Amino acid sequence: MAETKTVLVHIKRQLAPDQKPYWEEFELSWRPFMNVIILLREIAERPVTREGKVTTPVAFDANCLEEVCGACAMRINGKARQACSALVDQLEQPIRLEPLSKFPVVRDLFVDRSRMFENLKRMKAWVPIDGTYPLGEGPRMAPEVQQRAYPLSRCITCGNCLEVCPQVNERSDFVGAAIINQVRLFNLHPTGAMHKRERLEAVMGPGGIHDCANAQNCVKACPKGIPLVESISEVNRDAIRQAIFGWLFG
Amino acid sequence: MRQPKIIVVGGGLAGLMATIKVAEAGVPVELFSIVPVRRSHSVCAQGGINAAKNTKGEGDSPWKHFDDTIYGGDFLANQPLVKAMCEAAPAIIDLLDRMGVPFNRTPEGLLDFRRFGGTLYHRTAFAGATTGQQMLYALDEQVRRFEAEGKVHKYEGWTFLSAVLDEQGICRGICAMDLKSMQVRTFSADAAIFCTGGIGAIFGRSTNSVVCTGSAQSALFQQGVHYANGEFIQVHPTAIPGEDKFRLMSESARGEGGRVWVPRQPGDPRPPKSIPESERFYFLEEWYPKYGNLVPRDVAVRAIHKVVFELKLGVEGQPAVYLDVTHLPRELLDRKLEGILEIYEKFLGVDPRVQPMKVFPAMHYTMGGLWIDDENQATNVPGIYAAGECEYHYHGANRLGANSLVSCLFGGMLAGPAAVRYARNLERGADAVPVSVFEREQRRQEEINERLLRQDGKENPITIWKEMGEWMTEHVTVVRYNKNLERTDQKLQELLERYRHINLSDRTKWSNQTLNFARELYNMLILARVITLGALRRNESRGAHYKPEFPERDDANWLKTTRAIYDCGNIRFEYDPVDVSLIPPRPRRYDVQ
Repeated sequence: MAETKTVLVHIKRQLAPDQKPYWEEFELSWRPFMNVIILLREIAERPVTREGKVTTPVAFDANCLEEVCGACAMRINGKARQACSALVDQLEQPIRLEPLSKFPVVRDLFVDRSRMFENLKRMKAWVPIDGTYPLGEGPRMAPEVQQRAYPLSRCITCGNCLEVCPQVNERSDFVGAAIINQVRLFNLHPTGAMHKRERLEAVMGPGGIHDCANAQNCVKACPKGIPLVESISEVNRDAIRQAIFGWLFG
Repeated sequence: MRQPKIIVVGGGLAGLMATIKVAEAGVPVELFSIVPVRRSHSVCAQGGINAAKNTKGEGDSPWKHFDDTIYGGDFLANQPLVKAMCEAAPAIIDLLDRMGVPFNRTPEGLLDFRRFGGTLYHRTAFAGATTGQQMLYALDEQVRRFEAEGKVHKYEGWTFLSAVLDEQGICRGICAMDLKSMQVRTFSADAAIFCTGGIGAIFGRSTNSVVCTGSAQSALFQQGVHYANGEFIQVHPTAIPGEDKFRLMSESARGEGGRVWVPRQPGDPRPPKSIPESERFYFLEEWYPKYGNLVPRDVAVRAIHKVVFELKLGVEGQPAVYLDVTHLPRELLDRKLEGILEIYEKFLGVDPRVQPMKVFPAMHYTMGGLWIDDENQATNVPGIYAAGECEYHYHGANRLGANSLVSCLFGGMLAGPAAVRYARNLERGADAVPVSVFEREQRRQEEINERLLRQDGKENPITIWKEMGEWMTEHVTVVRYNKNLERTDQKLQELLERYRHINLSDRTKWSNQTLNFARELYNMLILARVITLGALRRNESRGAHYKPEFPERDDANWLKTTRAIYDCGNIRFEYDPVDVSLIPPRPRRYDVQ
C-alpha cells in the first residue's frame, strides 16, 4: 500500500512578548515544491497539532515570497534564513522553526526589527538631495562604480547578519553588518560622498564599527551574497583615516 | 494660519513619493503602512522604468512614449494626463538618479536603457533586474531623512480600515488598526492620499505580494469612492507557477534578447537543449515579426494560451512554455538580469543560464482602480486622493511594461501637492470636526472585530479565499465568457453568504493575523464582484479584456470608462466618455509590419 509522505514540523510558539515560549509539532502531507511558507499557510487553514490538539494559526511575517522584501526571515533548523526560499525537500526533518533570537518576539515567528531602520537613521543612510524639483541629471558614474554599488544596494534588511553575529547581544548596541554596509554604499555615491564625514563619525560612535570582532559570520548568512566583510573593512579603513587625519582637513 | 495635516496610506513608490512632496511643502505627514515601508510590494518590480530620454540615437520622444502607451492601452485611457506623465518621465529618471538609484550605465557613464514590450525604442532605465527594489529604497531613504527631521511620522504595522467621513461626506481622517495590539483608532487629517497598490490576492495566487489584497480600495468603494475600469486585469506572460505565489520572470529577459518557444512536436519528451532550432516554434516571433517577443503583455498571454490550449503544444504536455536566455552571454546575464535568474535558480534548483526556463502566464496588475479626476488625483469624495496601482488613470485597457513605476511616481508627485492645496484652502479643517464623527467610525470598526471574534460558524476564511481565487483566475482573467462571468458572480455571492458563518481559529487579542485576514477577505469578495460584473457588462474585446463571443473592439458602444458605484449594498455602473482629444483611436494591430 502506498504510504502518504508527510512533513514533520516543530514550531516554537509564543503568544505574546510577555508569555513563555513553548513548542508544537505538526504533521502535514507532502507535495512537491513545498516551502516553509506553504507549511505555515496549511497550518493556518487547519491549525491542529500532530497530537490532534486544536491550536491557533502560527503568526509570521511575510510579503513578497521571492526573497526580495526581507520580511520572512526566521531560524529554520537553527539557521537564519528566509522562509520563502527554504524548500522543504532540501531540509532535514523534523523541520524546526523558531523566531530570530536577536530581536524582540511579537508573536510566534514574528519579530520586531524596527531597530535596524532606526540605525539607518543614525547613520544618515541617504543621499541628501536639495529637493525633488528639476535640477537636471544626476552625477555621471563609471559603469565599474555602479557595478560595485549595486550589489551593496541589494540588502533586504532581513537581519540574518545580525542574528549570526556574536557581537549582537543583550549587552551591546552593535548596529551590525547590514547597517555598516549602507555607510559604504552612500559613501561610494558621488553626492553621498560629500557627506562621508558625517556618516563616518556616526559609525565610529557607540554601537558602531569598533564593536565588530571580525567573526565574519555575517557574510555567510547573507541571502543576497553581499560582500559584508569587505564593506566593514573598507568603512573601518575610512574611519581610521578620518580619526587620524580628519583634524588636518577639518 | 492653520497648519494642515495630511495622511498617506501605503508606503510603496507612490506613497513615498506623495509623502516626500507633502513634507517638502512643509506640511506634516502621517504615513501608514501594513509592512515596514522598505518591504512594500514595489520591491518586486524588476525590469525598469520608462522615459524617452532618447540616448541611443533612435529618435525617441515623449510623444512616441505617449503614443505607445495609449495604443498599448487600446485607447481606453484619458489622454491628457498620460501625455503629461510621458513628458515628465525624463525628469523623474533624473531625480531618481540624483537620489542614488544605481541604474546601469553605458561606458560613457550615462544611464543605460533597454527595450521593453509594446515599443520599438530603448526606453527603459534599469538597475539590474531589481529596479523597483532600488527605487523603493531610494525613496524610503529620502522619507527616512524627513522622518529624522520630524516632518514625517510613520505608522508601520498598521492597517487601514476606513475613512472618517463627516455629515457632508467630506473625508476628515482615517480609522486604522495596529496589527500588534489590534487597537482600533482614528486619526484626523485634512486630506488622505491612498497609495495602496495592487489586488492580486483576489485571484488567490498572482505575482503580487501578500499585502496586495485591494482591501483598502474596497473599503473606500463601500464608503462611496467610485471604482473605475475594474474589469481590466493584466496577466503577465512569464511567471513561474508556485503553490504559494507565481514568481515573476521580468519582461526584461525578453528585452535583453530572451526568446519564447515550444517544441513543434506536441509532448516532445526531449530535453530542450537537444531540440534543434528547426524543431522549435518561436511563435511570438513568427506571428508578430515586428515586435517579436516584445509584444504587449495581453497579446503575448493570448498567444501562449493559444499555443498551450488550442494547439496543445505546451512543454511536455503541461501548461508551460520556454523562456530561453541560454544563448545570451553569461556576462550580460549577470550584469543585467541576475536578480531574476537568481529567483528561478533558488526556487526551482535549475540554472536558467544553462536550461531554458519553464513559465506560464499569471495575474499581475490591475489597470482599474479608484476613480480619480483629470488633473489632481482626486477621487469623487472630497479630501480623498489616490496614486499608484490603486487608481485607474494611466494604463487604459492594458499597461505597457515599465510604465507602472513611472505612473506611481508621477501620480505621487501630483497627489501630494494637490492634497496640500486642498487642505490649505479648506474653510473648516479636520480639527473643527466634532469628536463624535471620529468616535462613531471607531465604534463601527470595533463592532466588526467583535462580531468576527464572537462568530461561531463552520466556514474557514482561507478556504473561502482559495475558492474565490480559483474562480476568479479561471473565469475572469485571460478569456471571458458571459455565462461563466454570471456563474462567477453567483459563486461570489454564495461565498459572501458563507462568509457570514466564518469561524476564526484565533480569538486572541494580540497580533491576530486571522482576524485581519478575515476583514480583508470581505473587502476582497466585494471588489471581486466589481471586477466580474464590470467584465460581464462590457461586451467587446479591448486590451486585456477578451471575450471570444465579442472578439472586436467596439468603439461605438464601449469607448467608455466603467465607473462602479456602491449604492446601499448594491453595485451600480455608470459610464463616462474617454478623453481621446490628442490621439484619435485607430485599430490596434501588432501582427502587421
